[in-house]
Amino acid sequence: MSLDSSADDFVVFDHVQKSYDGEVLVVKDLNLNIAKGEFVTMLGPSGSGKTTCLMMLAGFEVATHGDIRLGGKSINNIPPHKRGIGMVFQNYALFPHMTVGENLAFPLEVRGMNKSEREAKVKRALEMVQMGDFAGRRPAQLSGGQQQRIALARALVFDAELVLMDEPLGALDKQLREHMQYEIKHIHDNLGITVVYVTHDQSEALTMSDRVAVFNDGVIKQLAPPDDLYERPENAFVAQFIGENNKLLGTITGREGDIVSVDVEGGMTSKALAVNCGGVGEKTMLSIRPERVTLNSDGPNGTEALVKELIYLGDHIRCRMTVSGHDDFIVKVPNAAGHQHLVVGERTKVSWQTEDCRALDA
Amino acid sequence: MSALPPYATTGQRIWHYGFRVICGLIFFFLIFPILIIIPLSFNAQDFFTFTPEMLALKAEGYSLKHYEDFFTNSDWQQAMTNSIRIAPVATILSVGFGTLAAIGLSQTHVPFRRAIMAILISPMIVPLIISAAGMYFFYSRIGLQGTYWGVVLAHAALGIPFVIITVTATLVGFDKSLTRAAANLGAGPVRTFFKIQMPLILPGVISGGLFAFITSFDEVVVVLFVGSAGQKTLPWQMFTGLREQISPTILAVATLLVAISVALLTTLELLRRRSERLRGMSPG
Ligand SMILES: Nc1ncnc2c1ncn2[C@@H]1O[C@H](COP(=O)(O)OP(=O)(O)O)[C@@H](O)[C@H]1O
Ligand SMILES: [Mg+2]
Repeated sequence: MSLDSSADDFVVFDHVQKSYDGEVLVVKDLNLNIAKGEFVTMLGPSGSGKTTCLMMLAGFEVATHGDIRLGGKSINNIPPHKRGIGMVFQNYALFPHMTVGENLAFPLEVRGMNKSEREAKVKRALEMVQMGDFAGRRPAQLSGGQQQRIALARALVFDAELVLMDEPLGALDKQLREHMQYEIKHIHDNLGITVVYVTHDQSEALTMSDRVAVFNDGVIKQLAPPDDLYERPENAFVAQFIGENNKLLGTITGREGDIVSVDVEGGMTSKALAVNCGGVGEKTMLSIRPERVTLNSDGPNGTEALVKELIYLGDHIRCRMTVSGHDDFIVKVPNAAGHQHLVVGERTKVSWQTEDCRALDA
Repeated sequence: MSALPPYATTGQRIWHYGFRVICGLIFFFLIFPILIIIPLSFNAQDFFTFTPEMLALKAEGYSLKHYEDFFTNSDWQQAMTNSIRIAPVATILSVGFGTLAAIGLSQTHVPFRRAIMAILISPMIVPLIISAAGMYFFYSRIGLQGTYWGVVLAHAALGIPFVIITVTATLVGFDKSLTRAAANLGAGPVRTFFKIQMPLILPGVISGGLFAFITSFDEVVVVLFVGSAGQKTLPWQMFTGLREQISPTILAVATLLVAISVALLTTLELLRRRSERLRGMSPG
């Protein structure tokens, strides 16, 4: 590994596998390069191996196979306490018998820093998370949100270049969670640290990350910036997992360059962008985002739909309809001036652009 | 126990009051024999019974002569010195080994941990006379029988189960992510043990230590087997006193031992409350 590539490959998972019992692979052939200063999120359903990956990086679990490198050096043989990686634990893991100030001073004491320097650093870290007045309190005297900030400050106080966070906001209520998302993002931008963040909450992943790695069953299904992930999912899992998705199952009947013609089950035909599908005669899953469907016959691909259910959501109306035999087809009708008022049981037209319809693996 | 709700049935009413009576009887049978010793120990006569003067609450019925005897008689003083030399050392050994064993056995990857735990706890379950006889034969072989260290080791073995049980109980509530957090912050295993784990399990260690101390301080069977005249402890001397002299000095000693036990248990309770406060389990 040469030095000049280390900026781009600050953290490298190189063909990493992990099995706890020697039989089932919890992480299967993980390859992931994270650049210095990047904010990468591991997103995936519970049990998909995200925490395991983070634990291997922090040194609490050993990779069964493969190499993990930090700053160009393999860290497989470095014990956790010598890795110098900051970490925010899901349950905060604040030391209950120490005050907030002592909690923050702990990593500095370990590093042999003298008292005045320590105090200055602790003060700065506490101010960064707006907890300057709380140095003398014990963790038990703080609310969940305050404990979370202290845990964050403790992971940052010893100037770690890499900070890991395992579902750090999981225990907070929605409003506080959203607020903390912005704060963490700002701290990341201001300090230029590299963050590896784990969550199962997709909106958290989309709002905070430079890139998101979508995990399923120990495999990264797609690694992409948030907008790519939402607008250009590469496979059926990602399309279904990120955001709301309309799926239409069908068979490919023809192909011209990037465009395939598909016979959708239930009678209709549609053209679609060939993203991740087989050749003529193979099954495919068409993916269309609800907000890309229009209620008229303007688009090149359209059919008749039967309105089954309407849900009023203020800014838009969520409409479930039957399209070509698929009765879970969702359309979002914006609550704009003069929008079309649908009625349950009514027949209407729906259509979409070919490039908004992606043919994925069935 | 709250007041009876208005809808209680007759059966529930009977049980409600019957339960209190049973509790009262249990306390009476447990506590009364101990309490009765205290006034008797101030007897002015060399009797084990209340004299008419005592019952009439006359001052001449009472005296401190048995306490005086305890503090001046060389046999009793020697026994006390022996107990004070043996119990703390046995306690330190119990606490050290018991704590380490509890921490080791709380790790899930240790093979046969249940079996090992059962063996270590067995001195508490096996009848004392059997342990004592076993130790007697074993210690005779290796030259520990009749020595100071023999008694200390035997008492340590009796105290270890208490420490293991109390420390294991505290470890159940110990959050493993704290040791991970400490390692993540750069602390090596030794520092993590002394700065993070030890302070948090300290209440368990101390209460286990107190039990171990009281065990050694009160123990008579094992010391009779393993010790020799040079290791005559307070309980041993009491036993001899009861058989040979029937001196009420025993009652004075018993009162002192009760006082020590109460003091130790009070300390224990105060420590427990303090640690609960520290761990945020009750409002500080
Ligand atoms: N210490 C462990 N021992 C055995 N199996 C484990 C252990 N930790 C996690 N697993 C298993 O590994 C899989 C992935 O777990 P995890 O990495 O925690 O997933 P996630 O964080 O994505 O929810 C799960 O099936 C889980 O049961
Ligand atoms: Mg997890």
